Amino acid sequence: MARSVRIKDHWAEQRIFTLRSILAGIIVAALLLTVAGRLFYLQVIKHDYYAELSQGNRVRTEPIPPSRGLILDRHGVVMADNMPSFQLELVREQVGGPAELDAALARLVAIGLLDAEEVPSIRRSILSHRVYESVPVKLALDDEEMARFALHRYEFTGVDIRTRLSRHYPFGPVAVHAIGYVAAISEQDLKHIDAAEYAGTTLIGKLGIEGAYEGQLHGTPGYREVLVNAAGRPVERQGAYTPRLNVKPPIAGNDLVLSIDMRVQRAAEAALEGKRGAAIAIDPHNGDVIALASTPGFDPNAFARGLTGKQFDALQGDIDKPLINRALRGAYPPGSTVKPFFALAALKYGVMTPEKTIFCPGHFALPGAAHIFHDWKPKGHGTISMRHAIMQSCDVYFYTVAERMGIDRMHDFMVQFGFGQPTGIDIPGEKSGLMPSTEWKRHAYKRAAEQVWFPGETISVGIGQGYMLATPMQLAHAVAGIASRGHPYKPHLVTGIRPAGATVITPKPPEPEPPITTVSADQWDVVFDGMELVTTPGGTAAAAAAGSPYKIAGKTGSAQVFSIAEGQKYNEKQLSERMLDHALFISFAPAESPKLAVAVFVENGKHGGSAAAPVARKILDAYLLPDKTS
Amino acid sequence: MILDELSPSRTRRTISAGSRTLRALGLDGPLTGVLAIIVCLGVLVVYSASGQNIKMVEHHLVNIAIAVAAMLALARLSTPQYLRLFTPVAYALGILLLLVVAAKGHIGKGAQRWLDIGFIRFQPSEIMKLAVPMICAWYMHERPLPPTIKDLLVMGLLIAVPTGLIVLQPDLGTALLIATSGLIVMLLAGLPLRIILISIPLIGGAAFGAWHFIHDYQRQRILTFLDPQNDPLGAGYHIIQSQIAIGSGGVFGKGYMNGSQAQLEFLPERSTDFIFAVIGEEFGLLGQLLLLALYAIVIGRALYLAMQGQDTFARLTGGAIALSFFVYVFVNSGMVSGILPVVGVPLPMISYGGTSMVTLLAGFGILMSLHSHRKLIGS
Repeated sequence: MARSVRIKDHWAEQRIFTLRSILAGIIVAALLLTVAGRLFYLQVIKHDYYAELSQGNRVRTEPIPPSRGLILDRHGVVMADNMPSFQLELVREQVGGPAELDAALARLVAIGLLDAEEVPSIRRSILSHRVYESVPVKLALDDEEMARFALHRYEFTGVDIRTRLSRHYPFGPVAVHAIGYVAAISEQDLKHIDAAEYAGTTLIGKLGIEGAYEGQLHGTPGYREVLVNAAGRPVERQGAYTPRLNVKPPIAGNDLVLSIDMRVQRAAEAALEGKRGAAIAIDPHNGDVIALASTPGFDPNAFARGLTGKQFDALQGDIDKPLINRALRGAYPPGSTVKPFFALAALKYGVMTPEKTIFCPGHFALPGAAHIFHDWKPKGHGTISMRHAIMQSCDVYFYTVAERMGIDRMHDFMVQFGFGQPTGIDIPGEKSGLMPSTEWKRHAYKRAAEQVWFPGETISVGIGQGYMLATPMQLAHAVAGIASRGHPYKPHLVTGIRPAGATVITPKPPEPEPPITTVSADQWDVVFDGMELVTTPGGTAAAAAAGSPYKIAGKTGSAQVFSIAEGQKYNEKQLSERMLDHALFISFAPAESPKLAVAVFVENGKHGGSAAAPVARKILDAYLLPDKTS
Repeated sequence: MILDELSPSRTRRTISAGSRTLRALGLDGPLTGVLAIIVCLGVLVVYSASGQNIKMVEHHLVNIAIAVAAMLALARLSTPQYLRLFTPVAYALGILLLLVVAAKGHIGKGAQRWLDIGFIRFQPSEIMKLAVPMICAWYMHERPLPPTIKDLLVMGLLIAVPTGLIVLQPDLGTALLIATSGLIVMLLAGLPLRIILISIPLIGGAAFGAWHFIHDYQRQRILTFLDPQNDPLGAGYHIIQSQIAIGSGGVFGKGYMNGSQAQLEFLPERSTDFIFAVIGEEFGLLGQLLLLALYAIVIGRALYLAMQGQDTFARLTGGAIALSFFVYVFVNSGMVSGILPVVGVPLPMISYGGTSMVTLLAGFGILMSLHSHRKLIGS
């Protein structure tokens, strides 16, 4: 019954409470000690671990891209340098997931900074970089675009304007096919470059010197530690303090000194203005390329600024093909420009003597063959010797020479001058051309009937037609081989390298090729004489050389445009213009002691003497008479 | 007293004058002193943790002023009789407001915790933090201790109704804290140990059942607590960043206003729920242990005052206030240091934010009122 008569026992209740309170106090102490133990674990035992994580949180290592090496001409004129430019960059990690990335790109389109068409490729480029890398989404912002972004900047996390050095070509399109250009690093590029070496770099060399010497020009990136807040924005202070951060400066790329003489280069491009063609000038004593022009060209600054797909397609689709380097990639029948070489071959092989004459009736036929080979002069040149055959470009003379030598001897002689193989110039994309032989034909065709070399095919090669193809670069190299009397050098554009910060240029020595020793001095003289006569009255390039204070040795040529490539669409007027013969001219001057060898090619220029030779004259004048031209 | 007044020491006179003033205000000297130290530390830490935001500090000071006013009013003006009379009224009002909130939530869809009455916005659940333990103490006041099964069932119901309403808001964290404060009263009243032993498996089973009823985000919080790396950018971010902040602080800390985690905003809710991590980062292990020691003094002193209570209501209420304060300290520091799941509980007296400060100081006001008025009602 105790329970039913329970009454309040004050002292007992106080004792219960006191006991329970003490028990609670013990539990409180135990739990507070547990927390203290946890704090000890975090702050003492695991301190190093968390200190590192904390450092990783607050410090971001930002690459400092190196400044790209300069490109200078032989006199130190700057052909390519670097200028600060503002670009929009995005850090994926800070933007967020795929949905946020798409939203950010869509907002950039909405405020008119990106073209909706570019978004897929930009998106791919962003995804191909690491999450923490700053990826350019728009290069070279102008003032108006900068202002527009500044207005909307608060809407974006992880997208900001950065100042970068951009490539700048002070002469615009001049020498573009020699220098090449830089453009945004593409997905393809990323596959074969070391991403760490290009951290923070936007542009990479494409084609020309920029492409071939990328390794020299690029340099080594540095880095800088940047204090960032949780949103990824760089900040100056951490609360009340400014912490110490490490910096490693980048090493700039090496400067390159080219053999190009900007004055001669500009003269060459001015002379080719409005034409589709190429001109190359080489110093025959060392292989220095003094000028390398291909027209039309394009402004490489546009690539450095970032071309839209539309702009690129316009360039790519241009009927005049400005992106093609005709000097290296245009393989054409060399036409009559091969005659001095075959004259040398004929002397060497003894199938002709300098004085022996041939009667040219204006046509030629192989014994027992029905096919008639015509001379360009229907009436014929009459009785003619070697010097005059070169001077007047007599086809029948060289048909005869070719018949006597046979294709394989012609081939063996011509390869010594570099025909049929790339010259090895230090920029990429060069074509090999074609110097045919019986062996070549056996390998080039599959069917047995097509593998047979016909004697008639030799005759065409005798005047640089038929199977034979040569690039303007090969012609320049070959004529330099004549000018040096058989001591050719590998053509090159880079003559010296200046490491970053150095004042001394490390020269790149010229590379001699095997000399042509089987031709005697007398034999060289005959061909020199013949080529000199070309520019004298009665010669095929007399007009172009008129009034020259120095003697020019040269040879004209024209190559038939026998077919139109399939799938090309021209209108009637263009068709007829583009059916005209290509005009060629090879030359060197002064004839008695050559200083410069020049090859000129003008697409559909019709006659070498009237279309190509004047271009060569202007180039020679610019180089040999520096005081009269400027 | 006379000796004190005759003492030549000026310091001594000041202290004695101060203690007289405190006594006249119904305050306990040691408890008030330590609370004042903690609050002052809080102001300093809020200045740093807010990123030197003076506006937030000003706001924090206003909150402190309101809370101190509430404490002074309760300590000086209320008497145990009034408190006991007012307890059922406060409890009933709290239930009513929770129902209003629940109705609003039903109409507005989604979480509803706040009540807007013109110029002031507050959470009715905050009233319950004091009203629930007090109603339990009120219920046991006239009854003999230890409580009978019937008493336990009645108290269980008094706890369950508000807890249930708060779970529905949904605010699982606060609901658990309020239920805990009621349970504390039961324990202090002498809840038989065998019932505790029996209820442990029952609670386990209930927790298992509750898993299916709680919201996804609550489930996620528990899962994340068990493995923070599982969701480093989502719910696990808080825990990871706060552990980095504490761990990188080391023994002595990175220095006031120099914690990179806090200053560079890697630490979320740095001036509210996670302010304990800021203390760990900037003042290190020593700073945090000092703060825990100050909290231990507050809890110990409050329990001591409760033990001196002269009736069941005074003792149980005082004990519940003291131990609830401990629960807040433990849950917050445990959460921030990664030994408890993330529940939205501020660090008592330090975290930026008004409601918790007012409730806590009001509680201490009640505690001190019950203590200082004991002679008036006593034997």
